[in-house]
Amino acid sequence: MDEWKTLQDELAREGYVASPDLAMALHLAIALGRPLLLEGAAGVGKTEIARALAQARDTRLIRLQCYEGLDAAQAIYEWNYQKQLLSIRAAAEDGEGARAAEARIFSEEFLLERPLLAAIRQKVAPVLLIDEIDRADEEFEAYLLEVLSDFAITVPELGTIEAVTRPHVILTSNGTRDLSDALRRRCLYAHVDYPDRETELAILRARAPQVEARLGEQIVGFVQAVRKEDLEKVPGVAEMLDFAAAIAGLGVADLADDPAVLHVALATLLKTQGDRAALPPEVAARLAGKAA
Amino acid sequence: MSRVTRFAARDPGIAARLTGFLAHLRGHGFALGIGEAETALRALEHVRVADPDMTRRALRAVCAGRAEDVGRFDALFDAFWLNAGRVRERVTPSARADKTTRSTREDATARSSATGRADSPEGEDGAGDTAAEGTGKLIASGLRNLMKKDLRDVVSPADVAQAEIVARQLGQALRDRRSRRRRAARKGAGIDFRRTIRRSLASGGEPLALARRTRPDRPVKITALADVSGSMTLYARPFLAFLSGLMRADGDTDAYLFHTRLVRITDALRDPDPLRALNRLTLLSDGFGGGSKIGEALDLFARTHARRSVDGRTVVLILSDGYDSADPELIGAALARLRKRGCRIVWLNPLKGWDGYAPVARGMAAALPHLDLFAPAGTLADLAALEPELARI
Repeated sequence: MDEWKTLQDELAREGYVASPDLAMALHLAIALGRPLLLEGAAGVGKTEIARALAQARDTRLIRLQCYEGLDAAQAIYEWNYQKQLLSIRAAAEDGEGARAAEARIFSEEFLLERPLLAAIRQKVAPVLLIDEIDRADEEFEAYLLEVLSDFAITVPELGTIEAVTRPHVILTSNGTRDLSDALRRRCLYAHVDYPDRETELAILRARAPQVEARLGEQIVGFVQAVRKEDLEKVPGVAEMLDFAAAIAGLGVADLADDPAVLHVALATLLKTQGDRAALPPEVAARLAGKAA
Repeated sequence: MSRVTRFAARDPGIAARLTGFLAHLRGHGFALGIGEAETALRALEHVRVADPDMTRRALRAVCAGRAEDVGRFDALFDAFWLNAGRVRERVTPSARADKTTRSTREDATARSSATGRADSPEGEDGAGDTAAEGTGKLIASGLRNLMKKDLRDVVSPADVAQAEIVARQLGQALRDRRSRRRRAARKGAGIDFRRTIRRSLASGGEPLALARRTRPDRPVKITALADVSGSMTLYARPFLAFLSGLMRADGDTDAYLFHTRLVRITDALRDPDPLRALNRLTLLSDGFGGGSKIGEALDLFARTHARRSVDGRTVVLILSDGYDSADPELIGAALARLRKRGCRIVWLNPLKGWDGYAPVARGMAAALPHLDLFAPAGTLADLAALEPELARI
């Protein structure tokens, strides 16, 4: 009954600090065999959880990065055309009949697996990460629904390939467009937000143990304050970790010590010209002073 | 968590109670079906049901489908299971009685769903008041008109039908232009290997005829912002009808209203029942006919919704007369910010049709440098006449 807590601990051992909500959603998704849809701003660790889960369960992570114009050939399978061409030439020289050649070149041997097909043919159930599903087109979303409900893929020349094991499916979305209700209904859902102070401290301790406790608290306090500023790109957890690494690497013992160094290290947090301008050294120093 | 709902002695069991809860959620606008009920029941097998926190998390993962749902779920959960909300009727539905529970609550709940308030008081006028409260915090306003106008008087279903035709044409105009440009840039791209190989079998592996393939055209997305402040009341009518038509013609359209606040009306307009859509719109548009803060509304839009939904393939349609009760500088800055996202901006101003009109309103003057098209639009006919113009930008 407390498996979700066990899962949370497992993830924590892999350096992923999951909120109770997220751990529960993930646990249910695994227990019920349903896909899990994660939504939230960029940089809150949506993708990372799939990696952590794969490591915790000691299984493969298969990732499908979605983009506009993604089609079946890149997501499911493709025929190995070069090999087919060569084979046809060879067949012609050997005097093999066209029909026999056709049967041969449309067989398993010439099939190239892409993520979705690979995911249903693993002996141990892998973690299938479908990243940024909102970037893919609606047509692909519809196709994905079919795969996610049947876990079977039909190749016209070969027939239907049934799933050997059901992958643990995690979908992420940044919300650049509304996903269809059908897809939402197939999935369990969790909204991932920027971590609160305590959680972020735990993340920092897990991922960058070399950072001293007091400095760590300053860093997290500073980053949380920066997030409240009016920025184009709000720094995520990964940026926070980069920033912490930079600060630690520069040998800073106290964030408020040296505004110049702080300003240099900000390059890891703020990624646009406008944001750099929005946070001049004085402001950064003030925020750091508050955090200290 | 000390308060616990007491159920009647002839309580029909957890399955029926859960069904009642899902009906409760459904009444508040959650899209849940029989499949979800089954999933929810199965989910409860995996948690300690007596622990309200755990049950809450489990049911939230199953029932909520989007970020807004997550926010509303907790209040609805409390209201149903913990008696924290209103206690209007004892909810102990049996599997058989499910239908009646829904119909008794449907009316009240459908209205409050538009506002996202779980525990709204149920008085005759209560729904309207909570609507004002629930959504009124987006922008603090000095000039909000609390005299509510019923948009049913403003937009009729017949208007919507007519507007749909115009909207479809305009959508087509934008799309056509897009596809022309793509095709020209794409000449000769992409060989369909699959088909080519198959054909080459007939000629002994010699690919004599190359099968080609092209990428499908991606339609542009329209995001519309309509000013419904006092000075625009006359013109808002055809434009809202036009928006309803646009929503029905194309699933990608996004629509917002602004006066002293900014309100997203996409979901309301997309309601399959046109009359109910207008009802929901009415709830969302209190303050309709008051002052306007164009700059603030646009700025808020550029900072929040636009980040999500506006990209290089979006046309942002703004309908406003440019009379702003706030700082006009903000308008320019907000539009510049919006432009950075790569979208095209069309400003439709009903006053532009007038003889001798010059964009002297300070807001309008500030906006001009950032516009791709500045055109008159006061009536549906004006909008229809825009077609060739829109095709050009």
